[in-house]
Amino acid sequence: MSYDFSALLIILLPLFCFILLAVFGKKINPKLSGIIGSVTIALTAILSVYVAYCYFFEIGKQGEAYVRHISYQFQWLKFNENLSIDLGIVLDPISVMMLFVITFVSAMVNIYSLIYMHDEERFRMYYAYLSLFTFSMLGLVVAVNIFQMYIFWELVGVSSFLLIGFYFTKPSAIAAAKKAFIVTRFADLGFLIGILMLSYGAKTLDFFTLIERLTQVGSPYLTSFVSTSFLGLSTLSWALLLVFIGGAGKSAMFPLHIWLPDAMEGPTPVSALIHAATMVVAGVYLVARLFPVFAISAPDALHIIAYIGAFTALFAAIIACTQTDIKRVLAYSTISQIAFMMFALGVAGWGEGKAEGFTASMFHLFTHAFFKALLFLGAGAVIHAVHSNEMDDMGGLRKAMPITHITFLLACLAIAGFPPFAGFFSKEAILYSASQSNTLVYYVGLLTSGITSFYMFRLYFKIFWNKESHHHTHNHEKGQWAMNIPLILLAVGAVFAGFIPFGSYVSADGINLQFPFHLGFSIAPVAFGIIGLAIAAALYKEEKGLPDELATTFGNLYQWAYHKFYIDEVYAFVTKKVLFNLVGRPAAWFDRNVVDGMINGSASITGFVSFEIKGMQSGRLQTYTMFFLGGILLIAAMLVMKFM
Amino acid sequence: MEQVPLSHVLVLSTALFFLGVYGFFSRRNLVTMLMSVELMLNSININFVAFNKYLYPHQLEGLFFTLFIITIAAAEVSLAIAIIINLYRKFKTIDIDDTQTMKY
Amino acid sequence: MSASAIIFYILAAIVLTLGALTVFTRRIFRAAVYLLLSLVGVAGIYILMEMDFIAALQIVIYVGGIVVLIIFSIFLTHQAGEKLPEQSRKHIIWAGVLASAGLVSTTWVIYKSAFKAAGIPAIDPSVRNIGRQLLDYTHHGYVFPFEIVSVLLLAALIGSIVIVMNDKN
Repeated sequence: MSYDFSALLIILLPLFCFILLAVFGKKINPKLSGIIGSVTIALTAILSVYVAYCYFFEIGKQGEAYVRHISYQFQWLKFNENLSIDLGIVLDPISVMMLFVITFVSAMVNIYSLIYMHDEERFRMYYAYLSLFTFSMLGLVVAVNIFQMYIFWELVGVSSFLLIGFYFTKPSAIAAAKKAFIVTRFADLGFLIGILMLSYGAKTLDFFTLIERLTQVGSPYLTSFVSTSFLGLSTLSWALLLVFIGGAGKSAMFPLHIWLPDAMEGPTPVSALIHAATMVVAGVYLVARLFPVFAISAPDALHIIAYIGAFTALFAAIIACTQTDIKRVLAYSTISQIAFMMFALGVAGWGEGKAEGFTASMFHLFTHAFFKALLFLGAGAVIHAVHSNEMDDMGGLRKAMPITHITFLLACLAIAGFPPFAGFFSKEAILYSASQSNTLVYYVGLLTSGITSFYMFRLYFKIFWNKESHHHTHNHEKGQWAMNIPLILLAVGAVFAGFIPFGSYVSADGINLQFPFHLGFSIAPVAFGIIGLAIAAALYKEEKGLPDELATTFGNLYQWAYHKFYIDEVYAFVTKKVLFNLVGRPAAWFDRNVVDGMINGSASITGFVSFEIKGMQSGRLQTYTMFFLGGILLIAAMLVMKFM
Repeated sequence: MEQVPLSHVLVLSTALFFLGVYGFFSRRNLVTMLMSVELMLNSININFVAFNKYLYPHQLEGLFFTLFIITIAAAEVSLAIAIIINLYRKFKTIDIDDTQTMKY
Repeated sequence: MSASAIIFYILAAIVLTLGALTVFTRRIFRAAVYLLLSLVGVAGIYILMEMDFIAALQIVIYVGGIVVLIIFSIFLTHQAGEKLPEQSRKHIIWAGVLASAGLVSTTWVIYKSAFKAAGIPAIDPSVRNIGRQLLDYTHHGYVFPFEIVSVLLLAALIGSIVIVMNDKN
């Protein structure tokens, strides 16, 4: 089977699964729908391995570098000669990598949900939505045309809305789904304007033509775009920043991060799929896709991205230290790690020795998918056993849930960056490239990785150590193969994925990148990690009053961090007081009085005039004849004027 | 009659006609409205006869028209009286302001 | 100014005055009488214009038939005797305005146009000539309208009987 066709199948199989389950699913036994969904996605995972093998080892390399290979492209909507929306599939180092990541994590989640969601009434629709989401995400990463990516971007937003709001009888779930959708939609406005600006400048919507036109120094498209500037940034930088705003919404960068913690209202496997491995990296993927334009023609935009990423990483990490809901801690951890990926892209450049950040970011994306999905699925197992999300209800579970315990520990070690697990390699690569270009960002990243280690191990100790469990110590995991196997597979990835020489496959210009491994350099991050672990162990391994004392000594800072720095309250204030009163109310007034007023006014004028004219139908013969005579006189006058 | 210019005769008939028009508009009683209509018809008769005599003395067309108009006026008056009597039976009045049933 | 001209002007004045009185008076019987006299004056004008047949017709049909019919209807509708109520002020003013406008415009048109008297020898409008042309069915004959008018009179006769007929009688 050709790899092109396999790529097409990878994209379309989830779509067919969705249509089958959503439209015809009523006739199928509900248990069967789970099997159908899992088998389909597992099949796509296998196909993606095949496509990756074909691409990376057989056809992808031409000469020194990996080049893109367009499998299918067809013109869907043509505006004029140069501008059209095409739909197609492109195989490219990052898209093939993403195909594998998405299908693999989705397959794990599908299998896991067979048991996790087995007593859910809307089991069938759950699997249908999962397939829909997988389809949209796959379509996003293989997009050949920036508008195709936008279409699938919105589709991803819709499927995540459906999944976050899956328990739609809970008002908090509905509110969370709405919040996610509105915040990301609002950010997509920036994305759309950015698309329009970029396509206006480069006169095309096709990704690769656009990149080519906007990166060749001296090309006519580039010069006009770069020469005009506004507030110190060139027009191209503004366009790219607007596109980045769209990405920042999906990837939960500050200040558009508010939706991600609330999105934990959805089922835990959904959080594993969407908010750990796939949807939230869409923003990073977008910047990576347009990276040549960023790096060559608009480096100041990249600087801004780096600062935003670094700030968000630190910010989220501090908040994560104080949260008590497991899923919230993991959500803030996700925000922090995505921010790592983002600032890794931000500190990268183009050319010899400068493009390591790109590879580091993609490497971290790859490894993060494994250990974050593992963390979420493990948290799901714990929540399933304890029937509560709060850390205070847990403790001492290491004997009752051995597999979960070991895999969770491996994931924590990986995320904290301890060697030889996957997170160590990718995080070290990021910090190394940061140290080469921007020392402030490097120090922030270093501090954040230490805090990461602290809060992850806080979580670990509070769940599996701390108090002695007052739950029965029998093995919760007996017979739950569908929940244990994904955990094990993901743990394998979290442990061994770091050994892949990522630079040989994925790099900014396709050319093999040797990643230097500096032993001396890695001492600092690992040291910070060990300090974090030690502090967490000291505070949380046994039940003590020490954490609460610390909380009161930190006082205000603790309160602020616990309340997520009141960002949500700021948003609520701005929306209610400013937007509603200054924009919403006048607009509503205008609509009611002026627009409606015009219509009502014309209606009332018509009514008034007709009321007045109604008097002509007086029912009196003489008035009729008077009008008659008047008419005759008028016509006679006209004729006389004409003929005399 | 040759010294009276045609325009004077026409002015007479016009004045009579518009007197009839005024009477038709301003009278309340149906029978008086009928009388005004008769005035109008007569003025038209004068008109026809005058034109016949002054402009086309070799023909008798105007005369015939006048003949027919008189005949038809007779028929019309008889019908109008019939209607007035019928109306009187129904409404017990022949005041035109009391017959406004075609009002909006 | 020949005698006939003077007589014409006097007759014209009578006709107009009586017409005005018909229109303005508030007693219905008087209106009928004024109408009668006005129509007699019009017959006089016809005689001046040498149209004797029409004058005779006028007296017989109009005066002797129509005005009598009108007087009958006045009695049948119990109108004789009381003074007639007047129309509202606004109505009268509007009527007057329209009528005078019409009068003025028509008079203006009359005076604008130049009527030239024809110098052709006149035909004698005797009963013989009238009868001949009335029953002529060749050029300019009026036999067809004559027949139609007879039918019309028949229809009017039947029609007025039907209208005044009582139901279920």
